[in-house]
Amino acid sequence: MALLALLEVDNVSRRFGGIVALDAVSFTAEAGEIVGLIGPNGAGKTTAFNVITRLYTPDEGDVRFNGETLLETPPSGIIQRGIARTFQNVELFRGMTVLDNVRVGAHARAGEQRPEDVLFYVNLHSVRHRSPLELPYATQKRVELARALASGPQLLLLDEPAGGLSHEEVEQLGKFIKRLRDDFELTILLVEHHMGLVMSVANRVHVLDFGEKIAEGTPSEIQSNPAVIEAYLGAPA
Amino acid sequence: MRSRLWLELSGFTLLALAVAALPRFISDFRARELAIVGMYFIALIGLSILTGYSGQISLGHGAFMAIGGYTTAVLSVNGVYGHQIRDLWTIPIAGVIAGLAGLLVGVPALRLSGLYLALITFGIAVSFPQLPKKFDHFLGGTTGKILDLAKPPFGLATTPNNWMYYLTWGIALVLLGAAWLLVRGKTGRALKAIRDSEVAAASSGVKLATYKTLAFGISAFYAGVAGSLYAIANAYVNPDVFPIILSVYLVVGLAVGGLESLVGLIAGAGLIYFLQNHADTVARWINQLPALNLDPKQPGIPSMIFGVVLIVVMLLLPTGAGGVARRLFGSLTTRFYTRS
Repeated sequence: MALLALLEVDNVSRRFGGIVALDAVSFTAEAGEIVGLIGPNGAGKTTAFNVITRLYTPDEGDVRFNGETLLETPPSGIIQRGIARTFQNVELFRGMTVLDNVRVGAHARAGEQRPEDVLFYVNLHSVRHRSPLELPYATQKRVELARALASGPQLLLLDEPAGGLSHEEVEQLGKFIKRLRDDFELTILLVEHHMGLVMSVANRVHVLDFGEKIAEGTPSEIQSNPAVIEAYLGAPA
Repeated sequence: MRSRLWLELSGFTLLALAVAALPRFISDFRARELAIVGMYFIALIGLSILTGYSGQISLGHGAFMAIGGYTTAVLSVNGVYGHQIRDLWTIPIAGVIAGLAGLLVGVPALRLSGLYLALITFGIAVSFPQLPKKFDHFLGGTTGKILDLAKPPFGLATTPNNWMYYLTWGIALVLLGAAWLLVRGKTGRALKAIRDSEVAAASSGVKLATYKTLAFGISAFYAGVAGSLYAIANAYVNPDVFPIILSVYLVVGLAVGGLESLVGLIAGAGLIYFLQNHADTVARWINQLPALNLDPKQPGIPSMIFGVVLIVVMLLLPTGAGGVARRLFGSLTTRFYTRS
């Protein structure tokens, strides 16, 4: 157990009307780790992301980053604290070029990363003057990633980066995420449905089911955890 | 995109040259007409920043024009502590007062969007004309206030109409340049980001409330300057000078010009002036068609012409004049770009 985790989600609950999206969930991410957050549809993974990035305020609990609470920071201040994210269903600025999308990523933290350099890194420099709408879905996800990197974050939240990728591309993405962590000295929190990807890149995995955390451990521990298997495959008959 | 920058700069220079040279070739009366087109253009630039860039609709911009016009009237007729201010110097003040009113409207607008924002701003347009009637001592009631006739300052040897033309288009070019700098920089990107995705903009560190309110303020500043010029050119203000329908015309001009195209707005401004004042000409054109015989003088015909032309224009040019220009010049810039 490290002295201080970079990100601490501490007993967070969030309800929407009668639905409990997160029920006293706690997990941590330590500096330099790639942490997987998995669970069936509706388990609360994206809600957890939205709580960390302050789009939602938790009903109970606290979220701390570098030991200080995030709950007093407005959504637009999160990136200043060093947290950047991508979105599950691609939230790009449709009316702007790829380059301008990435420049907005550097809006609050200009000078951390040059947008042009980031575009070279993710291999999108040649399409920088195109509209993101002209690009395939998987490439749009890469534009979002570049936008997140442009702020020079400490913590990167990736929401289903493998969406729309072929089998080979997912393998490449796994290597790319590790390289990203090393090159930008990042901590990465990864929400993903693609089990193979999570198991190959994550140092630790947290499993959510119906808003509750049901397991935590290394990928191999998770794979053999009966509660996880039950959540994914249903209770044995 | 360097080629795009050069294209825009040379376009701006050409426009400035055309503006400077035009009065040599047109009558004094046409100069006056074009001055009024210039005023609509200024108001439309502001509306474009608000609606085209930040994605907030306003059906109340006629009210901000009215605030600008009345500010000029009060300052130059009533004066401040008995000192009447020369009409020229009231223009920036009118812009600032209208801008402050815009900031004020921008705050409740934060909680609303789409149809609701349209209704609230339309409410402002509807209720504003009642203010001069209520405060008739100060604002002149329904009769309004009469200003001194505009005349060229510093003994410039030009007609009042030419003076209004140069004044309006001089200001329009400066404000066009300012808007261009604004929208192509960090502020413009932040506004467009908010328009396209509020969650992604916020997560990228864009302060939504600040930028959305700012857009309202800037936009109302432009409308205020336009209204001030309109008051000076007309030499009087009353509630009918800024009717409710003016707000609707402005939105029409924006749609015709193209939401995001600053220069295309000149076409929008021209169309709303033309259709308001020359609908009878259009009626005569239409009468060239077989089996049609509209009486151009009949009441209702101008409004009908306005509506029909608007429908035809929007069907033919759904992205406005700016969209057409982008299609023409867009291919040009991409070609430059891929060659370099």
